[in-house]
Amino acid sequence: MIIDHPLLGPRDASEFIYLGDASLLNRPNWDEEKSEDNFYKYLYLRENVAGMHKELWFHQQGDRSWLVISRNTVTHEIFKVELATEFKKNMGKSND
Amino acid sequence: MTRPTRTKSSLINTNKKLSFVFNGKKYEGFQGDTLASALLANDVKLIARSFKYHRPRGIFTSGSHEPNALVEIIHDDYNEPNSKATTVELYEGLVAKSQNCWPSLKYDLMSINDKFSKFIGAGFYYKTFMWPSFFWEKVYEPVIRKAAGLGKLSKNKNNKNSEKGFLYCDLLIIGSGPSGLISAYIAGLSGIKVIIVEEDYVFGGSLNNEIFKISNMSPQAWVQSILKEIRKLSNVRCIENTSVIGMFDHGVFGAIQKLKESKIEQIFWKIVSKKALLCSGSLERLIPFQNNDLPGIMLSGSIRSYLNRWGVNNFDKVLLFTNNDDTYVTALDLISNGINLIGVVDTRDNPRIFDPKIKVFKSSQIVSAKGKLYLKGVDIVNKVGELTHLKCDYLGISGGWNPNIHLSCHTGVRPEWNEKIYAFVAGKTNVSTHLKAVGSANGKFSLYECILDAEKQVLEILSDLEMKPKKYSLPKIKEQSFEIDPFWFVKIGSQRKWVDLQNDVTVKDIEMAYAENFRSVEHLKRYTTLGMGTDQGKTSNVTGLAILASLSNKSIPDVGTTVFRPPYIPLSIEALVGSSIGKNFKPTRLTPTHNWARDNGASFTETGLWLRAEWYSQKNEYHWRMSVDREVNSVRNSVGFCDVSTLGKIDIQGKDALEFVNKVYCNGFAKLPVGKVRYGLMLREDGIVMDDGTTARMSENHFIMTTTTVNAESVYRHLEFCHQCLWPEMDVHLISTTDAWAQIAIAGPKSRKIISKIVDKQFDVSNKNFPFMACKEITICGGVLARLFRISFSGELAYELSIPTQYASSLVSYLMEIGKDENIIPYGTEALGVMRIEKGHAAGAELNGTISAQNLNMGKMVSNKKDSIGMVLSKREGLNTLDGLRLVGLKPIKANHQLVSGSHLFNSSDTITPINDLGYITSSCYSPTLKSSIALGFLKNGNSRHGDYLKASNPILKTEVIAEVCNPIFVDPNGDRLRE
Repeated sequence: MIIDHPLLGPRDASEFIYLGDASLLNRPNWDEEKSEDNFYKYLYLRENVAGMHKELWFHQQGDRSWLVISRNTVTHEIFKVELATEFKKNMGKSND
Repeated sequence: MTRPTRTKSSLINTNKKLSFVFNGKKYEGFQGDTLASALLANDVKLIARSFKYHRPRGIFTSGSHEPNALVEIIHDDYNEPNSKATTVELYEGLVAKSQNCWPSLKYDLMSINDKFSKFIGAGFYYKTFMWPSFFWEKVYEPVIRKAAGLGKLSKNKNNKNSEKGFLYCDLLIIGSGPSGLISAYIAGLSGIKVIIVEEDYVFGGSLNNEIFKISNMSPQAWVQSILKEIRKLSNVRCIENTSVIGMFDHGVFGAIQKLKESKIEQIFWKIVSKKALLCSGSLERLIPFQNNDLPGIMLSGSIRSYLNRWGVNNFDKVLLFTNNDDTYVTALDLISNGINLIGVVDTRDNPRIFDPKIKVFKSSQIVSAKGKLYLKGVDIVNKVGELTHLKCDYLGISGGWNPNIHLSCHTGVRPEWNEKIYAFVAGKTNVSTHLKAVGSANGKFSLYECILDAEKQVLEILSDLEMKPKKYSLPKIKEQSFEIDPFWFVKIGSQRKWVDLQNDVTVKDIEMAYAENFRSVEHLKRYTTLGMGTDQGKTSNVTGLAILASLSNKSIPDVGTTVFRPPYIPLSIEALVGSSIGKNFKPTRLTPTHNWARDNGASFTETGLWLRAEWYSQKNEYHWRMSVDREVNSVRNSVGFCDVSTLGKIDIQGKDALEFVNKVYCNGFAKLPVGKVRYGLMLREDGIVMDDGTTARMSENHFIMTTTTVNAESVYRHLEFCHQCLWPEMDVHLISTTDAWAQIAIAGPKSRKIISKIVDKQFDVSNKNFPFMACKEITICGGVLARLFRISFSGELAYELSIPTQYASSLVSYLMEIGKDENIIPYGTEALGVMRIEKGHAAGAELNGTISAQNLNMGKMVSNKKDSIGMVLSKREGLNTLDGLRLVGLKPIKANHQLVSGSHLFNSSDTITPINDLGYITSSCYSPTLKSSIALGFLKNGNSRHGDYLKASNPILKTEVIAEVCNPIFVDPNGDRLRE
């Protein structure tokens, strides 16, 4: 696999470590009534997507960026690679 | 016996004789031969015994799709099993032998299997060896494995090396036949970076097998002329002896290159390419009829290869059997070499007449081959059912051609059926692959079409890459047609007709699978083993599908196909591992004081990637415990030092650094003053303990965090996750400084004396001004930058001194010098471990990924007044039961009874069963301080059981020790020594 790092260009997948679903960016608030249930859902419940999937990769053997990668889980096509920091900031603008 | 005469071929050097040994007998061949061509030229027809029935088998093909002629190549130091005689290049002194036969190839006792074939068809093993179930492992499997199978490993270590490497290009061309060479030529001229790889040891692909003319040259001369042009281009790299074994995502290909006369035997290349062309040609398929597996029966095109490329001309009385036009090229080449061609048996009613000299048996089929160890003749039947016997020594079969599209399937793209050529072609490539099949691999079976197809596809690629082609010229070739009749197998006859020669799968086996309802192709494959093995059914798959289609009255595309998976050819695990074996499997990290320790009697232990000094032996010490006990006693009574540089160090800076640290540790850090260190407990988001360590506040916005040695990387990654993914708005910056700073622990009641001797005068390290848990940036030894932390892992008055790595070795030598009066000693990880167990500190053995803060008696540390990673879920009911596991100390009733880590704890009256299990021992050691064996462990309801006596049982080592439960802090439970 080749991951097109937004700052460093195409890099071999062996430089990266996979974490999982990018929904991990949406950490719930700790001080709400339902926070225990929210954390349970945040940590354990995942969509098992056949198709487009946003996921987190860490450039361990590189610049130590966390990336949000949009990948088709069926074809492995990678559509978009973004810095997690940028992704998170933009996410704040549109949704939260 | 050797036959010196060969037909002249530019690819065989008859001036260079090579002698070789096959099954103990000496033969001669020539430079340019494969083992197979040399054996054929020596009239050796019987090469191997088949996998299951031990049937006699000969050479069937002339390439890597060979199902039969698998041999063992014997080297001085090891054997290479399952080598295809058809791809092994002959060398002087080659020694090979047949496999899967006993006592000899000719008289193979296991061929008795053949007599019982009625009883051991497809699925036989599954049905028969069902019960008793334990018999499978003990009796059936060993017996079957001995009887069936391919070659054996010698299990010797070889002295050759494998390597791995990366290559990058714009265009990868797989195969150097006409399509590959034309593509490389046009693409190379444009200036893009091209790599062309060839599996064979000569370039040219199918052109090496032909004798027609291209641009008034022999095909071999034309290959040389275009290669010369290609090699002039510095942007094109030509690699022979290299098989592309797989296509992976995003244009990554794996290729294995075999080297000759090199210390390195093979290189596994990872080739990253923007585009790729599959110019792998096509593979001929067989036609099943009765006894179609006898030695002497080969593919028609392979007979042509042996004749033209290798000059093998001792074919006598050759018959051909075909359903297509290509076989007539073989027929004509045989005639022009003066070989006795009996004729061509053609299934078609009106095949084109190529030459009146060729005798054609129209509308006919071969129903049976005759002979015991070799082919002697065949029975053919014509349209009206007349049976004729024809004597022959060789039979060339052609059931048509399959484009060699193995690689095109590797990213999950299914092949598509092409009605014109009655074969599968590569499916439309999806976007994450870059591969296009060209020429005969794309179903273009004439040279004319191949060249046009290559030109068209290369121009498309150049335009995709926004490159312009330079002026080029292509050879003029006459247009040819290719006609084929979809004839798949001979229906006449009840004896076995072989479909998959390597796995001994017959038409009958496919019928049986169908009758037993294994009707999906995937089921058929697994039930009959059709298409498995080292050849992956390259000659048999499509034929097998066609038979299944005919049984189910479906069309072949409706039956579907299995897809090919990597690797294209078998490769050894060694090739994938490369040089990453033994000590080179992982890098070794050395501590800054490694050489000093080595010179001072240390022996070393592996912790993660690190080598750490485990103890320092002195002259009179003949047992490691003597060294460790001495080191512990010295620290407890005087002073010692230990290199703890392997602990992870993370530098945290920024306006929000304090808030950040407070969020990643579960205990409170918000009030940590400048100049102080605090113990920190880090949880995973699920509430389980991830790691622990200390964090020092060096200045307002500057923190230094330490982690355990093993978790240094994962904690750093986790912190970056917290920062980048959870709180990117925080002004905080992280960097790992583990390698930049050496850290030396100086511990013992006299440690302050030592510290005062090296710290520069302006810094006050008195107990009052530098108390327990203080930290400060200082200078030592007249100006060397250092960081001093008053922290203790041993439980003694202690310091950790951080200095730039390059000073570490000098520092420890200096410490030895100035500490003479205090009898300072270096101590290793073993003494470090003993002292932390004596002190009840949790370490890796306790933080085992299942343990909560409460289990460590640290439940109250988890602050619920702030947000921190893992806080919310650490409050889950299941992690907070009153009778849950608690960290306890254990002391055997007899001091010399050893407590063993991994032992489980039971009430002394209970039987040793899982239901009575109360917990387990995590760490144990002999404590020279307490003069007793001691241990730490987790015990249910442990805090209320101090003083109880339990059984520590280890059923594996068969030990049982009675031990008293106690406070896990064995030494100085109030911590007075730390504060002295």
